[in-house]
Amino acid sequence: MADTGVVEALLRLVEKADDGVDSVQVASRLGVDHQVVVGAVKSLQALGDVISADLCSSKHWELTEEGTEIAEQGSHEARVFSSIPLEGLVQSELMKLSFGKIGFSKAMSNKWIRVDKTHEGGPRIFRTVDSIVDQVQEKLLLLQKGSGSELEEKEKNELKKRKLLSEVTVKSYWITKGSSFSTTITKQETELTPEMMANGSWKEKKFKPYNFEAMGVAPDSGHLHPLMKVRTQFRQIFLEMGFTEMPTNNFIESSFWNFDSLFQPQQHPARDQHDTFFLSDPALAHEFPQEYLQRVKKVHSEGGFGSQGYKYDWKIEEAQKNILRTHTTAVSARMLYKLAQQKFTPVKYFSIDRVFRNETLDATHLAEFHQIEGVVADYGLTLGDLMGILHQFFTKLGLKKWVEVGNSGIFRPEMLLPMGLPEGVSVIAWGLSLERPTMIKYGINNIRELVGHKVNLQMVYDSPICRLDS
Amino acid sequence: MPTVGVNRDLLFRALGRTYTDEEFDELCFEFGLELDEITSEKELISKEQGDSKASGASDVILYKIDVPANRYDLLCLEGLVRGLQVFKNKLDAPRYTRVSPVSGQPQRLIITKETAAVRPHAVAAVLRNITFTQERYDSFIELQEKLHQNICRKRSLVAIGTHDLDTISGPFTYTAKPPGDICFKPLNQTKEYTATQLMSLYKSDSHLKHYLHIIEDKPVYPIIYDSNGIVLSMPPIINGDHTKITLKTKNVFIECTATDLTKAKIVLDMMVTMFSQYCSKPFTESTENIAQLLTRMCLLSRATGVGDEIEVEIPPTRSDVIHACDIMEDAAIAYGFNNITRTTPRTYTVANQFPLNKLTELLRQDLAAAGFTEALNFALCSQEDIGDKLGKKISETRAVHISNPKTAEFQVARTTLLPGLLKTIAANRKMPLPLKLFEISDVVLKDDTKDVGARNSRRFCAVYYNKSPGFEVIHGLLDRAMQLLEVKSARGDGYHIQAADDSTFFPGRCAEVFVHGKSVGRLGVLHPDVINRFELTMPCSALEIDIEPFL
Repeated sequence: MADTGVVEALLRLVEKADDGVDSVQVASRLGVDHQVVVGAVKSLQALGDVISADLCSSKHWELTEEGTEIAEQGSHEARVFSSIPLEGLVQSELMKLSFGKIGFSKAMSNKWIRVDKTHEGGPRIFRTVDSIVDQVQEKLLLLQKGSGSELEEKEKNELKKRKLLSEVTVKSYWITKGSSFSTTITKQETELTPEMMANGSWKEKKFKPYNFEAMGVAPDSGHLHPLMKVRTQFRQIFLEMGFTEMPTNNFIESSFWNFDSLFQPQQHPARDQHDTFFLSDPALAHEFPQEYLQRVKKVHSEGGFGSQGYKYDWKIEEAQKNILRTHTTAVSARMLYKLAQQKFTPVKYFSIDRVFRNETLDATHLAEFHQIEGVVADYGLTLGDLMGILHQFFTKLGLKKWVEVGNSGIFRPEMLLPMGLPEGVSVIAWGLSLERPTMIKYGINNIRELVGHKVNLQMVYDSPICRLDS
Repeated sequence: MPTVGVNRDLLFRALGRTYTDEEFDELCFEFGLELDEITSEKELISKEQGDSKASGASDVILYKIDVPANRYDLLCLEGLVRGLQVFKNKLDAPRYTRVSPVSGQPQRLIITKETAAVRPHAVAAVLRNITFTQERYDSFIELQEKLHQNICRKRSLVAIGTHDLDTISGPFTYTAKPPGDICFKPLNQTKEYTATQLMSLYKSDSHLKHYLHIIEDKPVYPIIYDSNGIVLSMPPIINGDHTKITLKTKNVFIECTATDLTKAKIVLDMMVTMFSQYCSKPFTESTENIAQLLTRMCLLSRATGVGDEIEVEIPPTRSDVIHACDIMEDAAIAYGFNNITRTTPRTYTVANQFPLNKLTELLRQDLAAAGFTEALNFALCSQEDIGDKLGKKISETRAVHISNPKTAEFQVARTTLLPGLLKTIAANRKMPLPLKLFEISDVVLKDDTKDVGARNSRRFCAVYYNKSPGFEVIHGLLDRAMQLLEVKSARGDGYHIQAADDSTFFPGRCAEVFVHGKSVGRLGVLHPDVINRFELTMPCSALEIDIEPFL
């Protein structure tokens, strides 16, 4: 709050003036700096409609530094005049004085002095009149006093040309009474306090208006990662459809489970160095269900189970190679094998977990990403069933069009029969990546801003709840 | 998925009509293919090498079509057109017949036992009275290249050689000789070279240098001669110049040498069937319902009359058909997937969550409620990240090592979640302090008791980064987590912490966490050296514990 003394004085002045007052005038009346008055105006404005203040700018003549000097000491030419004694002054002596040069020519044109060029000892200057009137100083003094309106424009412009005056724009306020004008300032409260509540004083107090346009204080909170939020939703959808979660906490897998058991031939491009991460330590897996392995070997190299097979030499060394799994279907294979070792019951499995591809990286591809997989095993499942369940799944997701989001299919007999699953059992499966729908939902273009350490934390702080079906 | 680039206008001419891009895209989709890109040679060069290099190139529109990896019969324009025409009932499914030569005996290829040491198998065929145009010739060469790259595994399994039969005379001999004993004029050269000389000559050839290793160190190199000693080829490197095919060639001798006989036969079948349409006697012939559907997929079928049985003839172009289920797949494509009725499986199951994941989900929620923000970091990192940077020795970490990392970022699988969180802070330095991050995720550790020799371990890790280290904050978070997990603060019966020495932490500000008497992890103020190595400047405290014991 500005100096209450000034504020109250201002209010009193406004009260007396019917049309209002100018802040500059108020400043000179009260003998304070204009900015103090401006401060008072602002404080009053914050209280509501006590006053009404219109900003106006006015032009104002002000003395320059030089002008102020002359107002005090007299114009250059006057000082020249007064420095010349009865016997005159050598010109060169005069010129040495600070006001000499300018004053000399002015005094000459005013005909206050004359020069005798032929005088002995050098040119000499003499007074031509006995006394002078220093009009310039007088004009400046007038202006300084604030009575500049008595001077004509022409005179003011002349002084401006001599750089003794400058025109200054002053922004001032025209202050009039506001709708709730009063000469007493009632202090406004900002908040209700316990004391006010205890003594009931809140009933008499005025409260500052609250700024509803501004934002509130952000709560100090923690945040969940957007990709994980989407994962939670997918998990929820699977659980609602009766799918049981598979144990996928094994990033390291053998080529056997990742490729061979899925009837993917050795020498397939996907098994190459450039698509798969191989391990140097531990390099090889050492335990396999032996009888099953033999059946897998046979179906690859010779055929069987109604198939011609691939007819190549299947090598155990290839199958033993450890890798970072390229898909979670390796886990599905393990689960189906386990299922086949007991009396068959129909199952629905799902998983959402990390997989690894040793591929070229770009704005939408990383070496690690999350795969979503669903599997259904039962007697007599058909292609129609696969399409039906896909439709239900994607409807729950809220995807209206068929978009190319993932893959689906029916597992081959060369994969299922060697495991020991009964002949009439079909297994349908589908999968997609978690990152793609997340990037679409949260409008992220570069996957590195979503996954990994280069994540944009502000985005994590600001990301909304994940509602997939909207 | 291999991609085939075909000249759009040639394709439409062969199909007998034009399509809009959308119509053709639709047709591909129905048939089981994908129109991946519409471009031109000029655009391709421009994309790869810049506009200036592209200035002279062709503007002709190319369709890039993705075909399934096991459909070698769709790798060239001829195969694609044939497949699509039969699918649209514009053409009857071809039957490929072997014909005898007009006069004399069929050609013979004699394989000697020396080849067993280097490249044991070979098969051959002849295309008679063929007519080449420039486009057909280009397609012929292109198919060989495609097959070489795919099924032939860059010529290591199978190599194709094609020759003008009229420049040579059979019987042909496929043998293997020491490199110094082989001498001939190879394709597009002006003089003769020995095989040894060719090996060094081609070391600087950008195309051929990649195949030299297949035979380079062998004591004998494969070589095919005709009855007059003319060299047809030295597989898998280069053909002889003498037998090169021109637009005027009428009879083609195709040989495929291989280390895998099955694949050699498939490759030969492809070469022959694809281009037999240009021979003066092209293939011929055709038949109801499923049988009809299958026939549209080039799988000639007829009902046998025994119950529901159908007999299907698999042409040599369909090496991908190895089980009846492949036939059903084609039947479905011919029927049209959109025509299949959607049904719901009647499988009734009650779902179960994986307990470790259930625990993780519950904990995450409450840790965020405690004011910490979840991060998601990479499982792969550099050795430094889990070793030197943490003041630990990599050899003591039981880390799993990758054998073929492209960069240092993929050297090992992480054994701790801490580096990831510290890197996340470093990448978000401009965010207001304090930074409070957490992650509950898997690390990987070597473990001899598992069949693959390694296992995942689910960890909970949190960091607090601020002007003051906030050990009490991290300690408080641990207490809160224990409270959520219903573990009381008590030695033995519950959890307790006690001072510990750890090179990752500031001396005197590190403690080990014990639950029911067993160590589950550590917490403390990080050592300033560790903080600096991750390019951070403020004090930082951290906590990492194993959560599997809490199941």
